Amino acid sequence: MNETHSPAAPEAEIAPHDDHDVSKHVTKYLLVGGVLLLFTLLTVFLSYINFGSHKANMAIGMLVATFKAGLVAAIFMHLSSERKLIYRVLIFTVFFVFALFWLTYLHWYDPVIR
Amino acid sequence: MDIPYTNAARPDTGLYNAKIGIWLFLASEVMLFGGLFSAYIFLRLDALPGHWPHGLLNVPVGTMNTAILIASSVTVVLAWAALKMRQFARYKVFMGITILCGVIFLVVKLAYEWPDKFHHFGAYIREDRLEKYEQYLGNHHLLEKGLEPRIEITGHLHNHEALHDPNIHEYEVQLDQVNADPTNPSSDRPHFWPLAKSDKIAHIAKEDVVHAEMFVPKHNTFFATYFTITGLHGLHVLGGVIVFTYFWLPIGANLYKRNPEHLANRVEVAGLFWHFVDLVWIFVFPLFYLL
Repeated sequence: MNETHSPAAPEAEIAPHDDHDVSKHVTKYLLVGGVLLLFTLLTVFLSYINFGSHKANMAIGMLVATFKAGLVAAIFMHLSSERKLIYRVLIFTVFFVFALFWLTYLHWYDPVIR
Repeated sequence: MDIPYTNAARPDTGLYNAKIGIWLFLASEVMLFGGLFSAYIFLRLDALPGHWPHGLLNVPVGTMNTAILIASSVTVVLAWAALKMRQFARYKVFMGITILCGVIFLVVKLAYEWPDKFHHFGAYIREDRLEKYEQYLGNHHLLEKGLEPRIEITGHLHNHEALHDPNIHEYEVQLDQVNADPTNPSSDRPHFWPLAKSDKIAHIAKEDVVHAEMFVPKHNTFFATYFTITGLHGLHVLGGVIVFTYFWLPIGANLYKRNPEHLANRVEVAGLFWHFVDLVWIFVFPLFYLL
């Protein structure tokens, strides 16, 4: 499946994290946790500011949430350095979930109710 | 027979098997929550003016629960890191904190937030009777400011029996601030700190009401989606807590003695699930509590 890793490749090369790596990452995890907490407060704060329309507030709120979700996925879930196979699974997931949202969007053009 | 590739990576995928398993499972979870979120978008975009309530959930409590869940995501990844560095005592501490955070989250949700809604009453006023209750709704004021109308009166129901007894013809409601003083500009937008109930009592005739009940799922589409999504999310938190507790008990220590890397991998996989649960909440919190 993944030609870059032949069966003969040594164990250390296959395992994504060795112990040395992990101790370095601990500070990063704490830092990301701090950033996530800070951005939670920011989300709350921004929601009480009137950005002109409710749509604008919604867009800003979702932008911050997406950034936070990205941090969780990239750092805590190690997606910033993962094997190809996992990315392949996720590409399909993203495709199908957007297809699902697209169905909702289509309802705006439903001739029966509009 | 041994289960293959619990530790070592499978040569063709470069991953130990459970990791592929959990990611496939999470992919299906994305579709599950994706379906519910698309239902949310669908219902919200089609809600008529005034039909999507704002400011009915407790924002400080929601913020606290968000922080608790984020903290638990940090501690679970630290628990995994401790196992990778072969520091079992440290693992026990961080995993213990993670479990505690999950339990606090659930307790706040089930013992405070949900019951608080079940004790809150709301009555949707018939369109042709809105004028009669103008003193509680303040729609002239809202119209002037170009804001969405109010069609619901909320508060604490004094005569609970009115919900079931057809011989009682009105609801006696101790009003929420927003209905007690509806033209106050500070009520135009939701507050961060929930306001205390007013002393003002309103009598709402049943014949003026479209429907009235406690804030249960059937009360409106907002609460229907709120209880469905937070309920399913809560079940996920419960599932995570059970799995983490299993790894925290002596069974985890035994596995650690036999094969520490195997325990580390199990914790990593359970952690991936936990981060996903956190990730869902990162969207739930602003969508229901804030926006």
